[in-house]
Amino acid sequence: MKKIKCAIIGPGNIGTDLIYKLKRSPVLEPVWMVGIDPTSEGLVRARDMGLKTTSEGVDGLLPHVLADEVQIAFDATSAYVHKSNSDKLNALGVLMVDLTPAAIGGLCVPPVNLETHAKAQAMNVNMISCAGQATIPMVNAVSRIQSVSYAEIIATVSSKSIGPGTRANLDEFTYTTSNAVCAVGGARTGKALVIINPADPPMIMRNTIYCLTDEEPDQERIRASVLEMVKEVQKYVPGYRLVNGPVFDGKKVATFMEVAGLGDYLPTYAGNLDIMTAAAARTAEMFATEILAGRYQLKPVKEAA
Amino acid sequence: MSELKNVKGRKVLVHDMALRDGMHAKREQISTDQMIKVATALDDAGVPLIQVAHGGGLGGNSLQHGFAMHSNEEYWDAVIPKMKQAKVSVLLIPGLGTMKELQSAYDHGVRSVHVATHCTEADTSPQHIAYARKLGMDTTGFLMMAHLNDPKGLATQGKLMESYGAQTIYITDSAGYMLPSDVVARVRALREVLNPETEIGFHGHHNLGMGIANSIAAIEEGASRIDASVGGLGAGAGNTPLEVFVAVCDRMGIETNCDLFKLMDLTQDIIFPMMDHIVRVDRSSLTLGFAGVYSTFLLHADRAGKKYGLPTRDILVELGRKKMIGGQEDMIEDTALTMAKERGLLKA
Repeated sequence: MKKIKCAIIGPGNIGTDLIYKLKRSPVLEPVWMVGIDPTSEGLVRARDMGLKTTSEGVDGLLPHVLADEVQIAFDATSAYVHKSNSDKLNALGVLMVDLTPAAIGGLCVPPVNLETHAKAQAMNVNMISCAGQATIPMVNAVSRIQSVSYAEIIATVSSKSIGPGTRANLDEFTYTTSNAVCAVGGARTGKALVIINPADPPMIMRNTIYCLTDEEPDQERIRASVLEMVKEVQKYVPGYRLVNGPVFDGKKVATFMEVAGLGDYLPTYAGNLDIMTAAAARTAEMFATEILAGRYQLKPVKEAA
Repeated sequence: MSELKNVKGRKVLVHDMALRDGMHAKREQISTDQMIKVATALDDAGVPLIQVAHGGGLGGNSLQHGFAMHSNEEYWDAVIPKMKQAKVSVLLIPGLGTMKELQSAYDHGVRSVHVATHCTEADTSPQHIAYARKLGMDTTGFLMMAHLNDPKGLATQGKLMESYGAQTIYITDSAGYMLPSDVVARVRALREVLNPETEIGFHGHHNLGMGIANSIAAIEEGASRIDASVGGLGAGAGNTPLEVFVAVCDRMGIETNCDLFKLMDLTQDIIFPMMDHIVRVDRSSLTLGFAGVYSTFLLHADRAGKKYGLPTRDILVELGRKKMIGGQEDMIEDTALTMAKERGLLKA
């Protein structure tokens, strides 16, 4: 079966883990890895895994896009350079899946709104953040039953799984995730907290999701909705698990989750890595299926002035 | 016993925590009137720096950390115009607070900030430290749960914060676990790597009754800033009690420029009547100090214990075993739920 060829920008933790996910895909094939440092370990790893590499940034990839039939690119760099990367690749008709907190494209959480983005034939979709991918499905599981005035999510990740880019730009991570808790999760107001825990051996990714409902929560229906949503996420992240809850306290609904990864690039504790890369891969697969079926024609996008 | 170093004539900048760390002990319920009363008395007693905020600092208002009676902005607007000499400071924990909130703090007159990370995660603070310096604020890198990093490791983290622009590096004994020798080793390691103009501070908790002794040990090794809390109002068994610290400093000839009798009166007449529970070393707060658990967990663990029929001490010990750090208050109820299931108190 024909596969859609992909490029990955940013050979850090996320970019490297993404190679594993794409290699397993029935419809995607990773062919290029883009970095900026010729001596980076990430580029060496990508070459070892059979990808072509450039250390000249996106500009080093552009001349090869058409010849190598790259149709989807994943950006795992930083919010600050994403716009420029996206403009350059969109101009060549390459669809952008953004794993930075730049959020210039539509915010995507696969079980909540992937179909909407695919139907809209977007050229840039944003994957929010690992915390967003892990918690927004649970906010939505409550908000699809009854209105949520406020949702708050707390993501705790192991120190070893958080790369220098995220560390140096923690505020962007917080802003983008808080915004998506409302925009995609369906809460009227939202807040995101992130904690980096250095315990050794590393702790598994933990997430707590609090929702305040307007009316008394319908416990039975919310419980059923949460369990159903867990199954939806497990389709692409098998290690997504409910640990405790939902616990009801007045109008507060608390859900306690953990996310184990597949142990591809980092060990299984780094579920935050997997939920991000698996969501991005699932998103790209949905688009790839549409492209392969001839329902979606990628078109070059003129650069905005 | 080791030889006491001569500290006579040394100047120490004291920084009161009652109106921020003390918020934890009050479940964030301090009124603006109470804030004004305490802050003006501290100002009058010559305390140069007063921290005023939600217990979690910027961004603290949340289900995770509780909602205060008022927003931080309302507290600052009430307190800051009344200050004659004291500067007001705030706490910023990246991941909870953001630069937007720091800008707001500055706009409301806050002029000093503790930018706080766990003792191994200094590299989550460069944005916030740089931003505070750009605003012209007195900027501290605040390394929490400092007992969980060895002296050399802690010094490396402090050096990082200095490189981002921090003017003072704090050793923060969030669990009240340290002994004077632990403090001495960490101050010494920091002093070795930091630039001479960079100050060192110590923030203690009194869970093992060592708040004063640890602060003095820090000063002997070269620390020049000490966090304390009038009446000891703070998380766990409270912070280093400010009035006791000032009395000891007076005896030793350390200059704090604070009026001891005024602080005693403030403690007795205003702080003690404000306390919902006696903030002291008791079974639970001693457990924090002994097991090295984040002091703020105390009242949360009490609540979860009551809700699920578990002893607070058991929950705290389990949190310590699972290596939970500051900010993970959600894991208290989660841990209690799991323990209650294991003990057959709840059905799985």
